[in-house]
Amino acid sequence: MTEAGYPVLTALIFFPLVAALVLFFLRHDGLSRVFTLAASVVEVLLALPLLRSYKLGEAAFQFVENVPWMPDWGLSYHLGVDGISLFMVLLTILILPMCVLCSWTYIKFRAKEFHVCLLFMTSACIGVFCALDFILFYVFWEAMLVPMYLLIAVWGGPRRKYASLKFFLYTLAGSTLLLVAIIAFYKAGGTFDLTELMTRDYPFRFQFWAFLAMALAFAIKVPMFPFHTWLPAAHVEAPSAGSVILASVLIKMGAYGFLRFCMTLTPAAMVYFAPWMIALSIAGILYGGFISLGQSDVKKLIAYSSVAHMGFCTLGIFMFNLRGVEGALMVMLNHGIVTGAMFMMIGAIYERSHSREIADNMGLGKYLPAFIGFWGLFSLSSLGFPGLNSFVGEALVLIGTFGQSWFWGFLAIPGAMLGAAYMLRLLQKMTYGAPASPKGKGWSDLHVREWVYLAPLAILTIYIGLAPGLALKVIDPSVEKLLADMRTRATATSVTAEDQGPKAALAATLDMLLKSDGTNQ
Amino acid sequence: MNFDLLLILPETYQLLVIAGLFYMTLAGRRSIDAGRWTAAAAGLGLLVTIASLGGESLMFYGAYKIDGVSQFFKLIIAFGFFIASLNAVRQPTLAEPERPDYFLLLAMSAWGLMLLSSSVELITIYIALEISSYSLYALIPLRAQNRGAAEAAIKYILFGAVATAVSLYGLGFILAGQHTSYIAELAAKPWSFAQAPMAALGLILFLAGFFYKLALFPFHFWCPDVYDGSSNETAAYVATLPKLGAVVILVRLAAMLKPGLEITTALAVLGACSMTFGNLAALAQTDVKRILGFSSVAHAGYVMVGLTAATAKGLSAASFYIFVYVLMNLACFWVLCHLSGDGRNVKLDDLNGLHRRSPALAAILAVAAFSLVGLPPTAGFIGKFFLLTSAWNQGYNWLVIVATLNTAISIYYYLNLVRHAYTEDAAAAPIPMAASPAALAVGLVLAAAVLVVGVLPGPIFNYAAAAGATLLP
Repeated sequence: MTEAGYPVLTALIFFPLVAALVLFFLRHDGLSRVFTLAASVVEVLLALPLLRSYKLGEAAFQFVENVPWMPDWGLSYHLGVDGISLFMVLLTILILPMCVLCSWTYIKFRAKEFHVCLLFMTSACIGVFCALDFILFYVFWEAMLVPMYLLIAVWGGPRRKYASLKFFLYTLAGSTLLLVAIIAFYKAGGTFDLTELMTRDYPFRFQFWAFLAMALAFAIKVPMFPFHTWLPAAHVEAPSAGSVILASVLIKMGAYGFLRFCMTLTPAAMVYFAPWMIALSIAGILYGGFISLGQSDVKKLIAYSSVAHMGFCTLGIFMFNLRGVEGALMVMLNHGIVTGAMFMMIGAIYERSHSREIADNMGLGKYLPAFIGFWGLFSLSSLGFPGLNSFVGEALVLIGTFGQSWFWGFLAIPGAMLGAAYMLRLLQKMTYGAPASPKGKGWSDLHVREWVYLAPLAILTIYIGLAPGLALKVIDPSVEKLLADMRTRATATSVTAEDQGPKAALAATLDMLLKSDGTNQ
Repeated sequence: MNFDLLLILPETYQLLVIAGLFYMTLAGRRSIDAGRWTAAAAGLGLLVTIASLGGESLMFYGAYKIDGVSQFFKLIIAFGFFIASLNAVRQPTLAEPERPDYFLLLAMSAWGLMLLSSSVELITIYIALEISSYSLYALIPLRAQNRGAAEAAIKYILFGAVATAVSLYGLGFILAGQHTSYIAELAAKPWSFAQAPMAALGLILFLAGFFYKLALFPFHFWCPDVYDGSSNETAAYVATLPKLGAVVILVRLAAMLKPGLEITTALAVLGACSMTFGNLAALAQTDVKRILGFSSVAHAGYVMVGLTAATAKGLSAASFYIFVYVLMNLACFWVLCHLSGDGRNVKLDDLNGLHRRSPALAAILAVAAFSLVGLPPTAGFIGKFFLLTSAWNQGYNWLVIVATLNTAISIYYYLNLVRHAYTEDAAAAPIPMAASPAALAVGLVLAAAVLVVGVLPGPIFNYAAAAGATLLP
């Protein structure tokens, strides 16, 4: 807490809230944009201690704050970050000023309320990644739904009512059982404090049901294959900034949930369900890829490609080895950067063409070279081109997968090829396709404002692509500890759970996983 | 008999208010507006009630008890009465000559509820219940030029009379079976069917009267119709305060409801049916008051979750939840009453475009609706959280799961309120509004209270917790 002289995480969570309250009293739309931009820059500055004072090589939580909230009920205000959450917090904060910039002319009415929603959203998202108290986590997790709902429902596209309702119903319905699981953990473990809950062992039958309840909430958020249908609808209808937050931050929470809660609290159940979850992940990778191939709407295409990318992410998580989980975290980070950037660019081109159809945005290469330059960079990264950031994540996940099982590895490979197919098809049409859409319409190339919000993301894309070492150094200690804990506790539970449930399958899976894990590292 | 006027100050004060209003109904003079006078008096009454928190005594030959439970509930009743009478001051459908009578009946009903929260003897309970009910029977038809209101009143009286009769019948069984009517003595007796069949049956029948007040399934049929037929302001009162009276008695009787007893299981089953039925029926409604009617049926079911836990925490959770319920419903009705300038019923479509016409009302409605869903960081969430946590591993885990699944069902219709207010465009001839800046300010205070209680439930919950601890140490 005292690393920077002030409680960094609390400041990061509450500063946007305070800014939103002040913003409420401002009258003019233009003023509210400038104010929010200034607030978001301050927020970025407030986050600097996270970069400066984060201790590399330490697996424990840092910047910890712990204040009792309702001691009678075991509630505390407990925050902290480790290698798993640090990058997500940073990404959330980095995305905020870009969202303000990319909505500068995109949002034409009620700009003040829009920015209030953005700020609320940011503080809830940071809260989700920092909370170490289960109920505090749940509070942030649910609180984020309302501003997101409003972002889609008020400022969205033509089918915004349908999309926003679907988003809200899906995600809230999925997380109601999460609350039951949380309460059950309280009764079993005696506290809501995650750092203490992590150290307890739970019987296998308990883990079995708790995992199912949590996994439903997280799988919907990711979204994993059969639960993904809200995502394309929400992405297509949301305003640019909404899509960016959705893609960069919101859907990462599902994967984060698997890592932070399922892996630490229900390790044995996680191992038991791994084959099913892996199968769903691969289904998502292939399904997302094939559906993306058939899209004529740019935004929809990117939305379905997110399903595929997040499939890689969950695939990596359920490999339970260092490379896989590392890869999953890198996919989370890189997908956030690249897809966020692509959604901003779609917003930018939409402001020119007023259409998201590929057919209305073709042949831009000659007329908008800077735009296509950035678009090409992000497209290539998205399909996993070596030397750019997404490659790092996908490669690590695939290394992890092959390390575990050749069978799963070969099943996932077509997904990577599909990625190349749909992204290149899109890139080729947008660059060289005929007839060229901008011909004779006087579309301008990127403005300074657009350069400002794209350039940092482009730099990150190349930097992480060429030198992922620093990112991995942050991630590794926490991941190693996570996996080590999980291994010891999964084995411990399986022994005590010998007499109940589907023990044979469990033991076999465990054996297979633990043996191959040992030889591959 | 130890009698101390200071201890029963809230109800004595309320009686004085009633006397004042009674004088106004007799006097032809109309120089003072009965509504404003009642609201001001109720505001003072709230302070009086706060001042009398913390008393402890047993009076009137053991029939009347001043303790943590009674004072906590009296506080909520005084608060609810203050807001409800403030809300009723501007009432377009109330004829001018009837104004003093209306507020007299309102105050009388609140007085009955205050007596109810201190009664610890079955016959006293019965009489207090009747005082509060009879005033309501007369209150509901007071909606000028409206046949629906008369119909609603008849439904309410008929249902009420039957429920009361059943209740009285049950009281006879209990007296015959257990030979006492004092709760403290009853709590020590066996209540299983095997040991005391007559008394157990009697208790269920006796509780029927309170289920009727609470609108718990299958005693809920009057609820949406009465909300629908009575004026918006009356509905705001009927939807909130009488539930307090029912819950306080259930909380007091909960000492007899050990987990595993047939009666407790019956409560759990009724609770589960109530929430499921209420939520499913609400999905199909288009009138906002009917939606809130079915929503209150569902919330009656949620309260049962805390009662079946039969622990001090469960009882305090139920008491706290009913407070939260009153708070968020008052906020919701506040919006309806001020949205409907001419006193007509508000349909879902009337909410269209509210966020442009009146951003403050839309915001209050959104906070109240999300709180009714149980979404953090509102009071509705923390209330539900206490309920579910206290009931887990107390023998009715299935009820907890049913309650959470019901949350998922209920999202749709609560969200519908917000959706109409925020995403639909206003109709060509929207409903005329009558929201003064002062009214908006009170509404915003209510909404802020919903949020503050949600984030920092401690101070109020501690009162509820102390109340629970006195009943089940």
